[in-house]
Amino acid sequence: MSPSTVLLLTLALPLVAAVLTGLFDRRPNVREATTLVAGVLTFLVVASLVPDVLSGLRPEATLFEVVPGVSIAFTLEPLGMLFALVASGLWIVTTNYSIGYMRSHDEGHQTRFYTCFAVAIFAALGVALAGNLLTLFVFYEVLTISTYPLVAHHGDEKARRGARVYLGVLLTTSVALLLPAVIWTYTLAGTLDFTEGGILAGKADNLTLGILLALFAFGTGKAALMPFHRWLPAAMVAPTPVSALLHAVAVVKAGVFTVMKVAVYIFGIDLLASTHISVWLMYAAALTVMLSSLIAMTKDNLKARLAYSTISQLSYVVLGAALATGSGVIGGSMHIAMHAVGKITLFFCAGAIYVTAHKTEISDMRGIGRVMPITTFAFLIGALSVIGVPPFGGSWSKWYLALGAIDAHQSILVGVLMVSSLLNIAYLLPLPIRGFFSAPEGVANPKVKEAPLFCLVPLCVTATGCVLLFFYADGIYRLLAPLGGQ
Amino acid sequence: MEHLPVLLIVVPLMAAPLCVLIRQPTLVMGFALVVIWSCPLMAATLLQRVLADGTISYAIGGWPAPYGIEYRVDALNAFVLLFVSSLGAAVLSYAPRSIAREIPQSKHHLFVTSYLLCLTGLMGMTITGDLFNVFVFLEISSLSSYALISLGRHRRALTAAFQYLILGTVGATFILIGIGLLYQMTGTLNMADMAERLRDVTGVRTVLVAFAFLSVGLALKMALFPLHLWLPDAYAFAPSAVTAFIAATSTKVSVYVLLRFVFSVFGVGFAFDTLGLDRILLPLALVGIFVASTVAIFQQNIKRMLAYSSVAQVGYMVLGISFASVNGLTASIVHMFNHALMKGGLFMAMGCIAFRLGSVDLDRMRGIGRTMPVTMALWVVGGLGLIGIPVTAGFISKWYLIMAALEQDRWVVAALVLVSSLLALVYILRVVEVAYFQEPAEGDAHVTEAPMSLLVPTGLVIGATLFFGLQTSWSAGVARVAAESLLGLSR
Repeated sequence: MSPSTVLLLTLALPLVAAVLTGLFDRRPNVREATTLVAGVLTFLVVASLVPDVLSGLRPEATLFEVVPGVSIAFTLEPLGMLFALVASGLWIVTTNYSIGYMRSHDEGHQTRFYTCFAVAIFAALGVALAGNLLTLFVFYEVLTISTYPLVAHHGDEKARRGARVYLGVLLTTSVALLLPAVIWTYTLAGTLDFTEGGILAGKADNLTLGILLALFAFGTGKAALMPFHRWLPAAMVAPTPVSALLHAVAVVKAGVFTVMKVAVYIFGIDLLASTHISVWLMYAAALTVMLSSLIAMTKDNLKARLAYSTISQLSYVVLGAALATGSGVIGGSMHIAMHAVGKITLFFCAGAIYVTAHKTEISDMRGIGRVMPITTFAFLIGALSVIGVPPFGGSWSKWYLALGAIDAHQSILVGVLMVSSLLNIAYLLPLPIRGFFSAPEGVANPKVKEAPLFCLVPLCVTATGCVLLFFYADGIYRLLAPLGGQ
Repeated sequence: MEHLPVLLIVVPLMAAPLCVLIRQPTLVMGFALVVIWSCPLMAATLLQRVLADGTISYAIGGWPAPYGIEYRVDALNAFVLLFVSSLGAAVLSYAPRSIAREIPQSKHHLFVTSYLLCLTGLMGMTITGDLFNVFVFLEISSLSSYALISLGRHRRALTAAFQYLILGTVGATFILIGIGLLYQMTGTLNMADMAERLRDVTGVRTVLVAFAFLSVGLALKMALFPLHLWLPDAYAFAPSAVTAFIAATSTKVSVYVLLRFVFSVFGVGFAFDTLGLDRILLPLALVGIFVASTVAIFQQNIKRMLAYSSVAQVGYMVLGISFASVNGLTASIVHMFNHALMKGGLFMAMGCIAFRLGSVDLDRMRGIGRTMPVTMALWVVGGLGLIGIPVTAGFISKWYLIMAALEQDRWVVAALVLVSSLLALVYILRVVEVAYFQEPAEGDAHVTEAPMSLLVPTGLVIGATLFFGLQTSWSAGVARVAAESLLGLSR
């Protein structure tokens, strides 16, 4: 098979899975097996393209022309490769986890859940492989729409309200800011193709470029740059596997991926660095990092705290893009993978605690480490990786981000990174500390009771992933090196 | 083949009275379906020939152009003819099962007759190159659509039809007065000929008055805000099939006639530079979009909600015209087509719902996403198109419209267009929430999916909105050719 056929196959597999899961409505085992098989196949297909991309090839496929000069087209480049690997790899794990969670929780509408899930993965892969801004925008919107039923899953008033905020913020920002940015870019540059070195150099004055960058940065609501972050906590009403998908795999990563992709392939980091139009964005991102970390500390609900933690971590990636230095871009892009694996572990643990011990508030989780030692230990690993402590994956991305900040002569931002790590410690570690060292209320020596295996195994896998990523970060670096011009 | 332009009109025109003679409902319907499906085939052939060889002129009865009646087919009206006749055919294929519930059997042959006449009128207005002929066909289509609307089973259908009759007649009279004044000034009724002769009398007050009468009359027929008052009731109380047909075709043809008058007869220079038409159309379009979309949000009757949405969508078409640029006109023309598909499909889906529930109230639609999953899924796709979500045809319209606004540095207009899509989001989401996230009422839990004979045509039309959201060379591509020729940039 030619690489471009493989590229289209990557997109077709989740779509086929969506149709099949819909058809196997009455046979849950077949339905979930289909999703799993599709996940494994998708991941393998994506992975089979890694050698090509590493050797400098950029497989392409074009479908149809939508407006003159702009087609629905796909190009696989290193950044998209990384995102596609993360999305398809974590899809497998999340499916396993969903089976355990949804069944032991006896959730309704499971077919709708799996179908929308597959469509969302399809959309996320479309975003990853998009060859131009229009294609990216199309899949970005498909992702929003396909995750709406997932957020509103429970269908009660609270879920519907949360979903309304979710859809409202994401669609409003994308339609009112991102879409005009895309069309404006098209009128300025005459093309929307992602091109190495960018397409906007010399096409407009600095003021125009600055406004355009703002439209892109805020229009990508999924990147949750303040003040457009409200949708993320609102989406917490969803079942936990959905939160894991939204907060670690598909949605938020599609957002920061878009920002990174626009910075590298539309503006070009040389243009950003020479015109200094992205300096304000660095500080906007730094502000989001700090504020949302502070808000996270005030939240007692575990999922809400993780949501604000996510908002803060996403801005690391935006910061990396805004730094417009080789190390900054590599650090930010690497953070997409590192944070995905770390945060999905945390959400899996939150869901496991909810399913088994029915607890949602951190203050109620005293002694949880004695009841669910494996889960709490995995939570600790995930937390340490998100904080950025060696030997866990998250330390590398922070390292490169700090290097990038130094290269850009922004010593304040280095300070921000340090302080934010301290804040991470302050809001992530209380759970494992209380869990292990405080005695549980009531019972003196409770029995160990872990979550069902389908939930437990995935969270162990991703926790192990956090460690492995530390030792194999070199591969990711080599993959991303062309982005930073190294 | 050379008689194709006239056959397109004569075939359905002659078939209509035959339907009254046949009378037997099944035979009538079978006969009408054969006739009506021949129309899109003929229109497609015409479009293909126009795109290949340029404008076709056909002299009725062999009388040459300025004296006899001329049918003149170019890319624009061939395109309009094609989608009007296709949607007419698609909705009639859907009609048999739907009218069986909504119209007494004794009137079925009259329904088919009026339907064919209405389609004839709409196609006639589109194809003709003669001003008086436009008026004649306008009356044919209007009178038959009053009759069609009055067939609705709710008694208010009669008042709705009557209200439309009054306002529609006012509109038609205005158009007739306008045509009369122009004839008085130029002594010709042929559009091409008149365009030549008008150049000598541009500044004359009579011409200005004629222009005013024509544009107000057409604004009434196309339901441009604030002349839209007839539309919501007419759409809400007409039988489902009639609403789908009229909503998909009738206002678009009026927009087409406006395009024809402004660009081919009066000319861009007169309409925009001398008269400043854009300064009237632009605010009316924008206010119309916002007011109608907002009113739509508060409707309980969903057919009525979609009707208000139609008023807003007409605003988008007129907005595109007001830019008087290639991209602006492309947006208008392609939105005529895209909106015909979306609204036609949505009203067909409403017909499926009315077929099972006997009601189109929001309250009754609770939980319908579960009881009628296919219908509702199609409805949602149509609704996403109205919002302008990518992959649907509505996105393409928005794309060209925004591009046209940005080209002329009209930032505010572009922003308002985008914000207005969010109003569409609100009224669509409101229905989605009720349909998918609420339990069906006691009495409606047993409701089942609509029959295949309704679902298949609906699915085809809605499917087309997705197809034309991706493959746009047959919609936006043709619209662009038409826009260029209207502005005199090619051929």
